[in-house]
Amino acid sequence: MAERPEDLNLPNAVITRIIKEALPDGVNVSKEARRAISQAASVFVLYATSCANNFAMKAKRKTLNAGDVLAAMEEMEFERFLEPLKEALEVYKKGQKGKKEVSEQKRKDKEKKTSEDKSRMEEEPEAAEEDVEN
Amino acid sequence: MSGNATEKDDQTSASRRNVSLPISRVRLIMKSSPDVSSINQDALFLTTKATELFVQHLALSSFNHGSGKDSNSLSYSDLAHTAEQTETFHFLTDILPKKILASDYLKSLEQMQEEDADV
Repeated sequence: MAERPEDLNLPNAVITRIIKEALPDGVNVSKEARRAISQAASVFVLYATSCANNFAMKAKRKTLNAGDVLAAMEEMEFERFLEPLKEALEVYKKGQKGKKEVSEQKRKDKEKKTSEDKSRMEEEPEAAEEDVEN
Repeated sequence: MSGNATEKDDQTSASRRNVSLPISRVRLIMKSSPDVSSINQDALFLTTKATELFVQHLALSSFNHGSGKDSNSLSYSDLAHTAEQTETFHFLTDILPKKILASDYLKSLEQMQEEDADV
Protein backbone atom coordinates (compact mmCIF):
# COMPACT_ATOMS: atom_id res chain seq x y z
CA MET A 1 0.00 0.00 0.00
CA ALA A 2 1.11 3.51 -0.67
CA GLU A 3 2.17 5.20 2.50
CA ARG A 4 3.05 8.62 1.18
CA PRO A 5 1.14 10.51 -1.50
CA GLU A 6 4.29 10.90 -3.58
CA ASP A 7 4.40 7.10 -3.86
CA LEU A 8 1.59 7.46 -6.37
CA ASN A 9 3.70 9.61 -8.67
CA LEU A 10 5.80 8.21 -11.45
CA PRO A 11 9.49 9.14 -11.49
CA ASN A 12 9.93 12.53 -13.18
CA ALA A 13 13.22 11.66 -14.85
CA VAL A 14 11.69 8.71 -16.67
CA ILE A 15 8.55 10.64 -17.65
CA THR A 16 10.73 13.46 -18.99
CA ARG A 17 12.76 11.02 -21.06
CA ILE A 18 9.65 9.41 -22.56
CA ILE A 19 8.25 12.85 -23.47
CA LYS A 20 11.56 13.87 -25.06
CA GLU A 21 11.67 10.69 -27.12
CA ALA A 22 8.11 11.19 -28.34
CA LEU A 23 8.54 14.80 -29.49
CA PRO A 24 10.70 16.14 -32.32
CA ASP A 25 14.24 17.11 -31.33
CA GLY A 26 14.71 20.38 -29.49
CA VAL A 27 11.15 20.90 -28.27
CA ASN A 28 11.14 22.70 -24.95
CA VAL A 29 8.67 21.21 -22.46
CA SER A 30 7.81 23.50 -19.56
CA LYS A 31 8.16 22.24 -16.02
CA GLU A 32 4.46 22.73 -15.47
CA ALA A 33 3.67 20.69 -18.57
CA ARG A 34 5.94 17.85 -17.46
CA ARG A 35 4.33 17.75 -14.05
CA ALA A 36 0.88 17.73 -15.62
CA ILE A 37 1.77 14.86 -17.96
CA SER A 38 3.16 12.89 -15.03
CA GLN A 39 -0.05 13.38 -13.06
CA ALA A 40 -2.08 12.49 -16.13
CA ALA A 41 -0.10 9.25 -16.39
CA SER A 42 -0.96 8.32 -12.78
CA VAL A 43 -4.63 9.03 -13.46
CA PHE A 44 -4.38 6.92 -16.60
CA VAL A 45 -3.09 3.97 -14.54
CA LEU A 46 -5.98 4.31 -12.09
CA TYR A 47 -8.55 4.65 -14.86
CA ALA A 48 -7.16 1.65 -16.74
CA THR A 49 -7.04 -0.39 -13.53
CA SER A 50 -10.63 0.41 -12.70
CA CYS A 51 -11.81 -0.49 -16.23
CA ALA A 52 -9.77 -3.70 -16.25
CA ASN A 53 -11.08 -4.59 -12.81
CA ASN A 54 -14.66 -4.24 -14.06
CA PHE A 55 -13.94 -6.84 -16.73
CA ALA A 56 -12.38 -9.18 -14.18
CA MET A 57 -15.35 -8.76 -11.83
CA LYS A 58 -17.81 -9.44 -14.65
CA ALA A 59 -15.98 -12.70 -15.29
CA LYS A 60 -15.98 -13.41 -11.52
CA ARG A 61 -12.21 -13.42 -11.34
CA LYS A 62 -10.17 -11.83 -8.60
CA THR A 63 -6.92 -11.45 -10.49
CA LEU A 64 -6.48 -8.92 -13.27
CA ASN A 65 -5.01 -10.52 -16.37
CA ALA A 66 -3.67 -9.36 -19.73
CA GLY A 67 -7.05 -9.73 -21.43
CA ASP A 68 -8.66 -7.41 -18.88
CA VAL A 69 -6.08 -4.71 -19.54
CA LEU A 70 -6.47 -5.00 -23.32
CA ALA A 71 -10.27 -4.86 -22.98
CA ALA A 72 -9.86 -1.78 -20.82
CA MET A 73 -7.80 -0.07 -23.54
CA GLU A 74 -10.61 -0.70 -26.01
CA GLU A 75 -13.21 0.61 -23.61
CA MET A 76 -11.12 3.73 -23.02
CA GLU A 77 -10.89 4.19 -26.81
CA PHE A 78 -7.17 3.67 -26.91
CA GLU A 79 -7.44 0.99 -29.59
CA ARG A 80 -4.31 2.43 -31.15
CA PHE A 81 -2.35 0.93 -28.23
CA LEU A 82 -3.63 -2.61 -28.78
CA GLU A 83 -1.19 -3.73 -31.47
CA PRO A 84 1.98 -2.30 -29.87
CA LEU A 85 0.87 -3.72 -26.51
CA LYS A 86 0.33 -7.20 -27.89
CA GLU A 87 3.72 -7.11 -29.57
CA ALA A 88 5.43 -5.89 -26.42
CA LEU A 89 3.76 -8.61 -24.38
CA GLU A 90 5.04 -11.28 -26.76
CA VAL A 91 8.58 -9.96 -26.41
CA TYR A 92 8.20 -9.71 -22.66
CA LYS A 93 6.92 -13.26 -22.33
CA LYS A 94 9.77 -14.57 -24.45
CA GLY A 95 12.18 -12.61 -22.32
CA GLN A 96 10.73 -14.04 -19.11
CA LYS A 97 10.96 -17.55 -20.47
CA GLY A 98 14.37 -16.95 -22.00
CA LYS A 99 15.77 -15.46 -18.84
CA LYS A 100 15.49 -18.73 -16.97
CA GLU A 101 17.14 -20.61 -19.80
CA VAL A 102 19.86 -18.01 -20.15
CA SER A 103 20.75 -18.04 -16.47
CA GLU A 104 20.83 -21.81 -16.50
CA GLN A 105 23.02 -21.80 -19.59
CA LYS A 106 25.33 -19.26 -17.98
CA ARG A 107 25.69 -21.42 -14.92
CA LYS A 108 26.47 -24.45 -17.06
CA ASP A 109 28.99 -22.46 -19.10
CA LYS A 110 30.63 -21.28 -15.96
CA GLU A 111 30.91 -24.79 -14.59
CA LYS A 112 32.27 -25.98 -17.90
CA LYS A 113 34.75 -23.14 -18.02
CA THR A 114 36.09 -23.69 -14.54
CA SER A 115 36.53 -27.39 -15.19
CA GLU A 116 38.20 -26.60 -18.50
CA ASP A 117 40.45 -24.09 -16.81
CA LYS A 118 41.41 -26.66 -14.27
CA SER A 119 42.28 -29.26 -16.88
CA ARG A 120 44.16 -26.67 -18.92
CA MET A 121 46.19 -25.69 -15.90
CA GLU A 122 47.08 -29.27 -15.49
CA GLU A 123 47.88 -29.75 -19.16
CA GLU A 124 49.63 -26.54 -20.07
CA PRO A 125 52.80 -26.84 -18.06
CA GLU A 126 53.46 -30.14 -19.73
CA ALA A 127 52.79 -28.68 -23.17
CA ALA A 128 55.20 -25.85 -22.42
CA GLU A 129 57.85 -28.26 -21.37
CA GLU A 130 57.42 -30.21 -24.56
CA ASP A 131 57.89 -27.02 -26.57
CA VAL A 132 61.14 -26.31 -24.84
CA GLU A 133 62.42 -29.77 -25.49
CA ASN A 134 61.66 -29.53 -29.19
CA MET B 1 10.60 -10.29 1.45
CA SER B 2 12.50 -12.95 -0.42
CA GLY B 3 11.11 -11.93 -3.82
CA ASN B 4 12.68 -8.48 -3.73
CA ALA B 5 16.02 -9.34 -5.27
CA THR B 6 14.56 -11.13 -8.28
CA GLU B 7 12.03 -8.36 -8.73
CA LYS B 8 14.80 -5.81 -9.00
CA ASP B 9 16.63 -7.96 -11.52
CA ASP B 10 13.47 -8.15 -13.60
CA GLN B 11 13.14 -4.43 -13.58
CA THR B 12 16.62 -3.57 -14.72
CA SER B 13 16.70 -6.07 -17.53
CA ALA B 14 13.13 -5.21 -18.53
CA SER B 15 13.89 -1.53 -18.72
CA ARG B 16 16.59 -2.13 -21.26
CA ARG B 17 14.34 -3.87 -23.73
CA ASN B 18 10.69 -3.38 -22.87
CA VAL B 19 9.62 -0.67 -20.48
CA SER B 20 11.32 2.29 -18.88
CA LEU B 21 8.78 3.06 -16.16
CA PRO B 22 9.28 1.16 -12.90
CA ILE B 23 6.85 -1.75 -12.79
CA SER B 24 6.84 -1.75 -8.97
CA ARG B 25 5.62 1.85 -8.89
CA VAL B 26 2.86 1.12 -11.37
CA ARG B 27 1.77 -1.79 -9.21
CA LEU B 28 1.65 0.48 -6.19
CA ILE B 29 -0.64 2.89 -8.03
CA MET B 30 -2.85 0.04 -9.24
CA LYS B 31 -3.05 -1.42 -5.75
CA SER B 32 -4.11 1.93 -4.33
CA SER B 33 -7.44 1.26 -5.99
CA PRO B 34 -9.56 -0.36 -3.25
CA ASP B 35 -11.38 -2.88 -5.48
CA VAL B 36 -8.25 -4.48 -6.86
CA SER B 37 -7.18 -7.61 -5.04
CA SER B 38 -4.46 -9.04 -7.26
CA ILE B 39 -2.82 -8.41 -10.60
CA ASN B 40 -0.93 -10.95 -12.62
CA GLN B 41 2.51 -10.27 -14.09
CA ASP B 42 1.32 -9.86 -17.69
CA ALA B 43 -1.42 -7.40 -16.71
CA LEU B 44 1.12 -5.40 -14.73
CA PHE B 45 3.53 -5.31 -17.64
CA LEU B 46 0.78 -4.30 -20.08
CA THR B 47 -0.42 -1.46 -17.86
CA THR B 48 3.13 -0.16 -17.51
CA LYS B 49 3.68 -0.32 -21.26
CA ALA B 50 0.29 1.29 -21.91
CA THR B 51 1.19 4.15 -19.59
CA GLU B 52 4.32 4.82 -21.62
CA LEU B 53 2.34 4.81 -24.85
CA PHE B 54 -0.15 7.13 -23.20
CA VAL B 55 2.55 9.62 -22.16
CA GLN B 56 3.93 9.65 -25.70
CA HIS B 57 0.49 10.02 -27.23
CA LEU B 58 -0.58 12.81 -24.88
CA ALA B 59 2.66 14.74 -25.38
CA LEU B 60 2.69 14.37 -29.15
CA SER B 61 -0.94 15.20 -29.80
CA SER B 62 -0.77 18.18 -27.45
CA PHE B 63 2.28 19.41 -29.29
CA ASN B 64 0.81 18.84 -32.75
CA HIS B 65 -2.43 20.62 -31.92
CA GLY B 66 -0.87 23.13 -29.59
CA SER B 67 0.15 26.73 -29.92
CA GLY B 68 3.87 26.08 -29.46
CA LYS B 69 4.56 24.36 -32.75
CA ASP B 70 6.31 27.42 -34.18
CA SER B 71 8.24 28.24 -31.04
CA ASN B 72 9.10 24.54 -30.54
CA SER B 73 7.61 24.34 -27.06
CA LEU B 74 4.97 22.44 -25.16
CA SER B 75 3.13 24.26 -22.41
CA TYR B 76 0.52 23.49 -19.80
CA SER B 77 -2.21 25.24 -21.78
CA ASP B 78 -1.54 22.96 -24.77
CA LEU B 79 -2.23 19.99 -22.51
CA ALA B 80 -5.34 21.53 -20.99
CA HIS B 81 -6.55 22.26 -24.50
CA THR B 82 -6.02 18.63 -25.55
CA ALA B 83 -7.86 17.34 -22.47
CA GLU B 84 -10.81 19.54 -23.34
CA GLN B 85 -10.86 19.03 -27.11
CA THR B 86 -10.01 15.35 -27.55
CA GLU B 87 -12.63 12.78 -26.65
CA THR B 88 -10.18 10.13 -25.45
CA PHE B 89 -8.46 12.60 -23.12
CA HIS B 90 -11.67 13.90 -21.53
CA PHE B 91 -11.01 11.92 -18.36
CA LEU B 92 -8.11 14.29 -17.71
CA THR B 93 -10.13 17.49 -17.54
CA ASP B 94 -10.30 17.33 -13.73
CA ILE B 95 -6.54 17.31 -13.30
CA LEU B 96 -5.82 19.49 -16.33
CA PRO B 97 -8.20 22.40 -15.80
CA LYS B 98 -7.96 25.28 -18.19
CA LYS B 99 -6.34 28.30 -16.67
CA ILE B 100 -8.30 31.49 -16.86
CA LEU B 101 -7.65 34.93 -15.51
CA ALA B 102 -9.38 35.77 -12.26
CA SER B 103 -10.84 38.87 -13.92
CA ASP B 104 -12.38 36.76 -16.70
CA TYR B 105 -13.74 34.32 -14.15
CA LEU B 106 -15.36 37.09 -12.12
CA LYS B 107 -16.86 38.51 -15.29
CA SER B 108 -18.40 35.20 -16.27
CA LEU B 109 -19.63 34.76 -12.70
CA GLU B 110 -21.32 38.14 -12.86
CA GLN B 111 -22.86 37.27 -16.16
CA MET B 112 -24.23 34.02 -14.78
CA GLN B 113 -25.72 35.82 -11.83
CA GLU B 114 -27.36 38.36 -14.12
CA GLU B 115 -28.80 35.57 -16.21
CA ASP B 116 -30.09 33.90 -13.08
CA ALA B 117 -31.63 37.16 -11.99
CA ASP B 118 -33.36 37.52 -15.36
CA VAL B 119 -34.96 34.12 -14.98
